[in-house]
Amino acid sequence: MSEKYDYAHEDVGIHTTPAVIEPGHTFGTVTDKISSIVLRKRTPAVWWIALAASFGLVQVLMLTVTYLVFTGIGIWGNNQPVGWSFDIINFVWWIGIGHAGTLISAILLLLRQSWRTSINRFAEAMTLFAVACAGMFPLLHTGRPWLAYWLFPYPNTMGIEPQFRSPLMWDVFAVSTYATISALFWYTGLIPDLATLRDRARSRFGQIVYGMASLGWRGSARHWARYEVVYLLLAGISTPLVLSVHTIVSFDFAIGIIPGWHATIFPPYFVAGAIYAGFAMVLTLVIPLRKFYGLEDFITDRHLRNSAKVMLATGLIVAYGYMMETWTAWYSANTYEEFMIRNRFFGPYAFLYWALIVCNVIVPQFLWVRRVRHSNLWLFAIAMFVNVGMWLERFVIIPMSLHRDFLPSSWGFYRPTMFDFSMFFGTIGLFFFLMLLFLRFLPVISIFEMRTMVPGAQIKEEEA
Amino acid sequence: MAGKRKVRPATYGLMAEFDNPSDAVAAARRVHEEGYTRIDAFSPYPVEELSEAIGVHQTYMSHIVLAGGILGGLMGYLMQFYLATIYYPINVGGKPLHSWPAFIPITFECTVLGAGLFAVFGMLAMNGLPEPYHPVFNAPNFALASRDRFFVLVESADPKFDRERTAEFLRTLGPREVTDVEH
Repeated sequence: MSEKYDYAHEDVGIHTTPAVIEPGHTFGTVTDKISSIVLRKRTPAVWWIALAASFGLVQVLMLTVTYLVFTGIGIWGNNQPVGWSFDIINFVWWIGIGHAGTLISAILLLLRQSWRTSINRFAEAMTLFAVACAGMFPLLHTGRPWLAYWLFPYPNTMGIEPQFRSPLMWDVFAVSTYATISALFWYTGLIPDLATLRDRARSRFGQIVYGMASLGWRGSARHWARYEVVYLLLAGISTPLVLSVHTIVSFDFAIGIIPGWHATIFPPYFVAGAIYAGFAMVLTLVIPLRKFYGLEDFITDRHLRNSAKVMLATGLIVAYGYMMETWTAWYSANTYEEFMIRNRFFGPYAFLYWALIVCNVIVPQFLWVRRVRHSNLWLFAIAMFVNVGMWLERFVIIPMSLHRDFLPSSWGFYRPTMFDFSMFFGTIGLFFFLMLLFLRFLPVISIFEMRTMVPGAQIKEEEA
Repeated sequence: MAGKRKVRPATYGLMAEFDNPSDAVAAARRVHEEGYTRIDAFSPYPVEELSEAIGVHQTYMSHIVLAGGILGGLMGYLMQFYLATIYYPINVGGKPLHSWPAFIPITFECTVLGAGLFAVFGMLAMNGLPEPYHPVFNAPNFALASRDRFFVLVESADPKFDRERTAEFLRTLGPREVTDVEH
């Protein structure tokens, strides 16, 4: 397929783009190939090494959290005037990464982009784990995470209730709804595949565990009919949900009056940034994954190229956001806004701002070149730049706006401590730890949806 | 209950096995047209034509999801209204107590949450899941229903069911095999 493929005619129509599934596959081969990753007895050594490494980082996270809970959030670098820093940067970074999963599973499903099928399961898992990592930061930033349920309205003896006019309260509802719906969507998608694993598992233990998890799914046509409607509706409600979540995350800033936060462009700019970061993370994970598990038949070059194009498009929206922030600051003729931009360009953190521009605006422009889009190595490298760039963007927005706001007498300087870093890298470890467990115990590609892509899956009518 | 058990037929039904979806759909359609009502079909992925063929046209799932969304949204809004204006009124920057635009984001999130919960749990409830044991699992080769085989079932509870005649009829539809399903 790949040698004969005519690259000169790429993108002129659906028939010349490479397939989303390589030819020669049947219902059986698709099922066997994907389920064998989970059901084989021997676990590859590389998996153990990766698990050990990420587990090590999870220990770093555990130690940090323990020390944090014992001592208080003073172990972090944030203090007046920079009250928000790594805790919120990492929260927004992780949430943003999660959004690509929902985009792939929901929005692309509604748009009938069938190429999404082989990466949606994986991307949804990425969403769940990223949201889990994201949730830890505000939770621990409360300082008393065991009282975090105070954030929810419930009848209590204190006789007080939350303040619903605050965007932070909206955030509580948005993120908890997002986590719930993402988990439900993911699990609903898994049920038929868990039934496949139940039927194919050889060990008694596997049969029982997958059998319980599949809820007794038997592939009845009546069940499928309801299932299909619900799956589409979940996609339909997840689409506005994901947009609302990052809009509300951007309200955390935009509702405040701090220069650099108080901007109407924030919601679309944050949503585009989230998708940008998420697709970068998809590429970061999928390029090694498909190589390692030999999944090139299902996660084809077309997936990588399409992801690269989405990254390029959303990257341009983000670049437009940076431009608009600067332009608005100038056009507002507001001293504080103008100073905020000058401080970004030439202030004490200027190198981070310019690093952001390099990572998020300049480097991704290489994606215009077809040869770059066709090289996995290049794609991986650019995705890494974007991962870093999107983190820097949140640094630029949050501590950089806070450290010098209105009164020079209240200016300060922010320096992260080692615990800021250990917590951040700890959550990266947690993310990869969960991801590796997912790879080992659950089908990484949606098997039942892949069956619908196999030739012969469509019904041939004799009459009519 | 005991009396009912006595008249229960020996088999749960007859299962016809197919190796491609088109034959299964054609067979299911014939079974339905023949007047059998207690029938079902099984496939490893959703085949819209298959559920149509056995006479499932409306699932009412969208109604359930709509109800969940409306309920969630109403509850979300009323909760905020009650708590912020009646139960625990707080003056925030002199804004009116019933500052409804500020209540919209949470109302929206509750709408989505209600719709999503009703969608998933409604689907499971309507499908009668979880149901770890079901007689169809006794059919030979039924493990392949989650891989690459398609099945059409006629239950023995069907008024038209006759073990010999129904089996004969199913055999004319071109299955790989027609087998008894035990309880």
